[in-house]
Amino acid sequence: MSEVRKRRFVVTRFDPDRDAEPRSQSYEVPCQPDWKVLDALNYIKDELDPTLSHRWSCRMAVCGSCGMNVDGKPTLTCKQAVDGYGDQIEVEPLSNFPVIRDLVVELEGFLEKLQHVKPWIVRAKEAAVEEGPLRQSPEELERFKQFSYCINCMLCYAACPVVANEPEFLGPAAIALGHRYNLDSRDEGAHERSEIFRGEGTVFSCSYANECSEVCPKHVDPAAAINQAKFEAVIDWATHLVLPRGGR
Amino acid sequence: MRHDIVIVGGGAAGLRAAIAVVNADPTVSVALVSKVYPMRSHTVSAEGGAAAVARSDDSLEMHGFDTVKGSDFLGDQDVITYFVEQAPKELTRLEHWGCPWSRNEDGTVATRAFGGMTTKRTWYAADKVGFHMLHTLFQHSLRFDRIVRYDELFVTRLLVDGGQVRGVLALDVRSGEVRAFLGRAVVLCTGGAGKIFPFTTNGNIKTGDGMALAYRAGVALKDMEFVQYHPTGLPGTGILITEAARGEGGTVKNADGERFLVTRDYGVGTKAELGPRDMISRAIIQEIEAGRGVKGPYGEHVHLDLTHLGEAHIDAKLPMVRELSTIYAGVDPVHRPIPIRPVVHYMMGGVDVDIDGAAELPGLFAAGEAACVSLNGANRLGSNSLTECLVFGARTGEAALRFARGSSEGSEAALVRQAEEEDARLAALRGRRGSEKLSQVRTEMQRAMERGCGVYREAGTMQETVREIARLKQRQDQVAVADASRVFNTELVAALELENMLDVAESVAVSAAHRNESRGAHTRRDAPRRDDQNFLYHTLCHRGADGPRLGRKAVALGRWIPEERKY
Repeated sequence: MSEVRKRRFVVTRFDPDRDAEPRSQSYEVPCQPDWKVLDALNYIKDELDPTLSHRWSCRMAVCGSCGMNVDGKPTLTCKQAVDGYGDQIEVEPLSNFPVIRDLVVELEGFLEKLQHVKPWIVRAKEAAVEEGPLRQSPEELERFKQFSYCINCMLCYAACPVVANEPEFLGPAAIALGHRYNLDSRDEGAHERSEIFRGEGTVFSCSYANECSEVCPKHVDPAAAINQAKFEAVIDWATHLVLPRGGR
Repeated sequence: MRHDIVIVGGGAAGLRAAIAVVNADPTVSVALVSKVYPMRSHTVSAEGGAAAVARSDDSLEMHGFDTVKGSDFLGDQDVITYFVEQAPKELTRLEHWGCPWSRNEDGTVATRAFGGMTTKRTWYAADKVGFHMLHTLFQHSLRFDRIVRYDELFVTRLLVDGGQVRGVLALDVRSGEVRAFLGRAVVLCTGGAGKIFPFTTNGNIKTGDGMALAYRAGVALKDMEFVQYHPTGLPGTGILITEAARGEGGTVKNADGERFLVTRDYGVGTKAELGPRDMISRAIIQEIEAGRGVKGPYGEHVHLDLTHLGEAHIDAKLPMVRELSTIYAGVDPVHRPIPIRPVVHYMMGGVDVDIDGAAELPGLFAAGEAACVSLNGANRLGSNSLTECLVFGARTGEAALRFARGSSEGSEAALVRQAEEEDARLAALRGRRGSEKLSQVRTEMQRAMERGCGVYREAGTMQETVREIARLKQRQDQVAVADASRVFNTELVAALELENMLDVAESVAVSAAHRNESRGAHTRRDAPRRDDQNFLYHTLCHRGADGPRLGRKAVALGRWIPEERKY
């Protein structure tokens, strides 16, 4: 293994109990060559400054807790190696979210948006357990699988230029998850969700910057989901216009 | 806040319990109190699958016997019988709720092989099963407005009055306030405690909180000596490489490239790599001790070889294994074997509960890894625990509801007094001066646990760990908490978690030191045989006035008679 390398971490600090404005604080961290950015933050917390607040848990890129802006880019810090950055690394809270403290941001808005898209199986009649599992071919699974990979890490919201200007925009992750259910062969809720998607601040607000898909650590490609959801919402509108009793 | 039922923890067991309660009664309300947002719960990290009989060449009887044998005959057979019956129904329910189970060509749910299971009965969604199950449950739970979530509230105390649990007190991490959640039943679904060890697959949040809450309230922890080492963790980080890698055909090799689980007698017989976890972990340690390990920057390891499976198969069935190995070990398993070594993974023990999830303290229930319903005995079979969260999450939620209906509320004055005490206690912790460093005490605890309660154990080192944990509990009172802020004070949370971990560590070490035999995951060099004559019972660990006090509980035996465990 190569040498331990000292790097300067410039970290945003903000405690609403004490600070009027966010400030930054620097820490010299002896980084092991195989460290992720999160390892350096945990080193700061354990060895240098126990008052630093950040969220983390699984450290294997699946719980979605540790998203932050690193050198200005939304980053899942447990996945991103320190190797590849320079001698100075800036760590800030994710942009486009209110900051609670230090690197911890407010997620309540997202949870409301998620609930809004009905991210569950909608069926006129719920299947009975006695009937056993519903059939779904591998091809049907393939249609929505990618959009189900979202870990709710919020990197896409931090990267999205529309969210920046229009905080109430439903946003990439919530739309991708709603669309995931629309594509699921077991679901019958596409019309309900298409109505939601035709509402204000949803799919038609998207400007196709594609930033969401570029930062997504799980390759969900929410931009593709929004594009498809937009198309489906239009088709659904036209179908129901022509066949008001439901054209499905 | 007042709710009918208070559920602590938002992982698979907690969410399943909450859904069971609101499905059973359209009038009740549930508080789901969790120290993290539910989708961050550690269920998310489970990879390989969930077990339930699905194929025509399988039977409930076979799943039952595999589980009993895997448990080294310490599982309760009434619990196991109920579990295997309910398992297919629960996984079907999750399918109806949208879980993206992997499929056969004909559209039926696919199953894969897993350790200690005689046939393919592990349902899977590639190798992200915990992730998909958790998100399916969480998203499904969002349709019920009577499940009221309280996210990032860290429960620090059970409210007890008149010999009954009446709710919980929780630190609102965001505001720093202590909030009371009153309910007529409380269900602990807080997961395990892998973080009492230095090298674990577990996430940072796995600090045994529910176990410690129950223990401090005088409730027994059961079978705490049984700590599962998963055979295949990445050296250094401890990140889990799923057993499904072996289920899909991966092989384990020593430094000489020898498949020692095939060529040498480690008791796994023809199961080879698909032997149970306790046996394979021991085999790996023995290989390393015999000088056949591979040297690496984080000590010695062996290899998990998937290279013969081919890229297409790995990408279809084990995409997360490829991702994790590439990112966290710098090894692409398509081309090179993955370095692995045994790593602390799962607590078979937990809050002592009956088949309804009820603890001895009226009003208190527990499910999932936090509980010990005695499904897993001395060694859990891989893919039984995700199913356990569903089967016993549901049953426990319904049992808690029945209890709540016949129960009254406690004395308000007594509860207010407890809330004031807790508020004062936490206030005193914030900004507390002290001579001890939190991370130092935590690290010393973890090292002591590894020394005394590793894969192989013996009397001397276990006793030393018992004493060391007692010393660390004294030192804990001197731990400084520099952060005096009320807002999102994660140092305060870490100090409270340390307190929980030391309580759980104490019960593990004390329980281990007393069991003078080898059974399942508890393996003693100085007592290498199982001793049914003297130790075929569950260990109970109570917190007495002057430290832990051990007791015993009978194992529910039945049609499967204990025999030598050989595969």
